[in-house]
Amino acid sequence: MGWTRNQIAARVAQDIPDGAYVNLGIGMPTLVADHVPPGKEFVLHTENGMLGMGPAALDGEIDVDLINAGKIYVTENPGASYFHHADSFAMIRGRHLSHCVIGAYQVAQNGDLANWRTTSPTTIPGVGGAMDLAVGAQHVFVAMELFTRSGECKLVKACTYPLTATQCVERVYTDLGVFEPGPDGVAVVELHASATLDDLRHRSGLDLIDALPKS
Amino acid sequence: MAINKVVESAEQAISGIDDGATLMVSGFGPPGQPEAVLEAVLAKGVTDLTIINNNAGAGGVAISRLFAAKRVRKVVCSFPKAIGSTIFDELYLAGEIELELVPQGTLAERIRAAGAGITGFFTPTGYGTELAEGKEVRVIDGVPSVFERPLFADFALVRGHRGDRYGNLVFRKTGRNFGPIMAAAAEVTIAEVGGVLPQLDPEVIATPGIYVDRVVVGADTGADTLPATGTEA
Repeated sequence: MGWTRNQIAARVAQDIPDGAYVNLGIGMPTLVADHVPPGKEFVLHTENGMLGMGPAALDGEIDVDLINAGKIYVTENPGASYFHHADSFAMIRGRHLSHCVIGAYQVAQNGDLANWRTTSPTTIPGVGGAMDLAVGAQHVFVAMELFTRSGECKLVKACTYPLTATQCVERVYTDLGVFEPGPDGVAVVELHASATLDDLRHRSGLDLIDALPKS
Repeated sequence: MAINKVVESAEQAISGIDDGATLMVSGFGPPGQPEAVLEAVLAKGVTDLTIINNNAGAGGVAISRLFAAKRVRKVVCSFPKAIGSTIFDELYLAGEIELELVPQGTLAERIRAAGAGITGFFTPTGYGTELAEGKEVRVIDGVPSVFERPLFADFALVRGHRGDRYGNLVFRKTGRNFGPIMAAAAEVTIAEVGGVLPQLDPEVIATPGIYVDRVVVGADTGADTLPATGTEA
């Protein structure tokens, strides 16, 4: 068994510096907000037009004019600000956000990202802000399980799903390890105790580069 | 004569919206949806509409009903999938609606460009993806970029928090979303507001009245968040 979703989120939060402006995607990335290390403060951006987003609203706190990009009622932190959509995405494309943490269907060994649609003919395509975040954030982190439920590795030689952006992913945080895609292939920077490089090489079909800390 | 853009009813506000019109509709999820104006569009029975809206009929009751009533020929949006609504999915899979899918930031910037007199722009968003297929690509200072055109509409239906007789608008929290940019990108802009005040604080106006043609009062969603919003009658 690998790291849990909360452990993955906590691991991501360790790599985000104090004072960072961060956009968190839906799902596992959202959990990063619950694991901000003591002594750090992140300013959360939600692309529908807010900086300084607080936690999800409890029943008594719901304000019908205050939601996040996942359309969940949220709250306002001290220092919050509101802005329109063109400003919100100017912030993203203009490289003002230091980090975005997003989920993925596939990440290629060169850092290509596929996270907006599958190839199923019955799914409705919807891209939202994924393409803007992938090209705009200074650091694009992916948080995901390494294998699908049917056992396919989501780190791949080349994406078979439609691309979100090319060569944009800096780090991939998973239940079994932390990976860095790049022009020379995927470097493994951390491994869960239950995993070995050879096993992951076998299951992924990738020539994983050993960048693990030497003990 | 004293300027007064405030009209009495949503029905009056939508005067001129006919079959085949292109409508920008503000809103991201429920905040910012001009519900009363959309209800009037639905009641008028106009059809063959093109709707520019981030979520293709999700997030608001009235806009969902417009789609369900098959009044929409084409939608330009970034994210048509909706939690708790399958109306768009059914129409799309049945081939009964045309979809132009645009990345969210590109959608916002195309709307902004239209209102700002910008005849096109290059953006890195979408490069190397199927959403850039057929579009001009240039490498500018080493950054591969896709050419995008402005996006105009016949009418913008936006939702403000408060307005005044000049058409000045203030917004509330994440209800601002597409309101200010859509207001500038249409031939005629109709602003639904939670209330009209005699005067708004000039320092907090997010949409100056030059962009707004008609103001109509709809439901009020919340109290003023700032004492400086305006002066009560």
